Amino acid sequence: MNKIFVFCEMSGDRIKKSSLELLTAARKSGHPIVTGALGPGSENLKEFLQNYGVTTHYFNGSAELKHYNPELYSPMVVEMLKSSEASIVLASSSLMNRDLFARVAAKLDLACINDCTELNLQEDDLGLRRPLYSGKCSAQVRIKEDSQRIILMRPNQLPVENFSDSASVELKELAIPSVDLKTVIKEVVKGTSERLDLTEANIIVSGGRGMGGPENFKILEDLADTLGATVGASRAVVDAGWVPHNMQVGQTGKTVAPSLYIACGVSGAIQHLAGMSSSKVIVAINKDPEAPIFQKATYGIVGDVFEIVPKLTEEFKKVLS
Amino acid sequence: MRIFVCIKQVPDTETKIKLKADQSSIEESGIKWIVNPYDEFAIEEALKLKEAVGQGQVTLVSVGPKARVVDALRTGLAMGADDALIVDTSTPLDNLLTAQSLAAVIKSEGPPAMIFLGRQSIDMGVSATGPMLAEVLGLPHASLVSKFSHEEGVSRIEREVEGGSKEVLEITGPAVITANKGLNTPRYASLPGIMKAKKKPLKEMSLADLGFNSEQNKVHLTNFKMPPEKPPVKMISGEANQQAQELVKALREEAKVL
Repeated sequence: MNKIFVFCEMSGDRIKKSSLELLTAARKSGHPIVTGALGPGSENLKEFLQNYGVTTHYFNGSAELKHYNPELYSPMVVEMLKSSEASIVLASSSLMNRDLFARVAAKLDLACINDCTELNLQEDDLGLRRPLYSGKCSAQVRIKEDSQRIILMRPNQLPVENFSDSASVELKELAIPSVDLKTVIKEVVKGTSERLDLTEANIIVSGGRGMGGPENFKILEDLADTLGATVGASRAVVDAGWVPHNMQVGQTGKTVAPSLYIACGVSGAIQHLAGMSSSKVIVAINKDPEAPIFQKATYGIVGDVFEIVPKLTEEFKKVLS
Repeated sequence: MRIFVCIKQVPDTETKIKLKADQSSIEESGIKWIVNPYDEFAIEEALKLKEAVGQGQVTLVSVGPKARVVDALRTGLAMGADDALIVDTSTPLDNLLTAQSLAAVIKSEGPPAMIFLGRQSIDMGVSATGPMLAEVLGLPHASLVSKFSHEEGVSRIEREVEGGSKEVLEITGPAVITANKGLNTPRYASLPGIMKAKKKPLKEMSLADLGFNSEQNKVHLTNFKMPPEKPPVKMISGEANQQAQELVKALREEAKVL
């Protein structure tokens, strides 16, 4: 029987939703589950993890691991994987995990597949599919069956369910490796917003050249606040310097797949469409009825963003309060 | 100071992807190939580092089919890199085998002072080659780097972390750096640069020369598919108030995303 290792990424003292999606999939598969987590809070997960039937949990809650340092994290995760004897390793395809598990895989001479959108733990080949060219097409992924297969799933592809098992979770605290660190993290400067990263957001409000200027992104911020969304942007406005590049959606920015993508004043260049067209529902608001974005949209409104967006915000406030 | 830049040639962002009839891969005929945009930031940063230090050698390395990849390397040489190495393979390699091949080339060329790559290629978009290369070479790395400076053996780095936050860090000694958008503005190749590039050394080797073969790939892509066709867009007309109300209603009751 396959044993599944789920790497739980922490946000504060809780496990991120994207990791809960994987715990849920692992629990539903019926295979034995082993987990690992690093950083403050990872030592206090026993009661939570027993609900999912986890048999062993590897952790280290030291403040030294608050921020991701590849030189500390990768040998610790390598240790977890070796000790767990799991045949399948699951983690979410977050910025950190994509980095971390690349190093881990290289160390263990294993394949590592990230950004998968389909997973079936009942199938021998795991039913993996992955978008390519930022979603312009996709391919089935087959991994040579080594001792372990490392799979990073794109967030928001799998449901989260709660379970109430009462497994006895064996806790295993790993020591921090005593290495001569070449990398020293000096500080982490918080972004202007506390919103989820674009790649993990469930709702995205995005602005293009039709927004007219950086000062007008305020109305998108207001709409995003109302919806608990993250704000994105097209390449044109990033290149014009209106907003920082970490907000760029598209083939040369971030590939996103939220439940709801609201494109405001975005015309829809090929490379932008590639980066967002796998969103479940797409709303396009644009004054040009010929804008290519309408071909990918679920709902379209031809109109003035400055008029429509504030009215939308008002309307959402009414129904969501 | 020996600086390496690992680059990949990819289809232009405006490319409309078509699949082969047997769905075994994409149809490559008619594609315009470019230097991966993130790799241009990597080349630029390597050239800036050499200029700041006042001496050094910037070596480009690429893995891929020589017949076309040579153009990407000539572009980098025209920007100002000193020499280039190509690992000729017609079979695409997975990230680990790519990283292992790059590591073997770099090891055979002499110890690196710094290695730059783009944060990811815009075709496969895996972003694993940089960290894997660092692990194989036993070097530290920093990915998604948006600011870089290097003084007396210490690199001062700013990188993107989740949620729009930035991390400031320092790495001592040689390291692998993956370049994010915003790191710099890549220079254009000048006409004299293009002329000079034609005479710069371009060395080629095979996977076998490095002790590898493409059978060592662990990852295989099959059964390519285009994204599912979208149902036609539902246009919502009327005056602004009405449009807003109808859209909110549709999102809640029909699409059920709120």
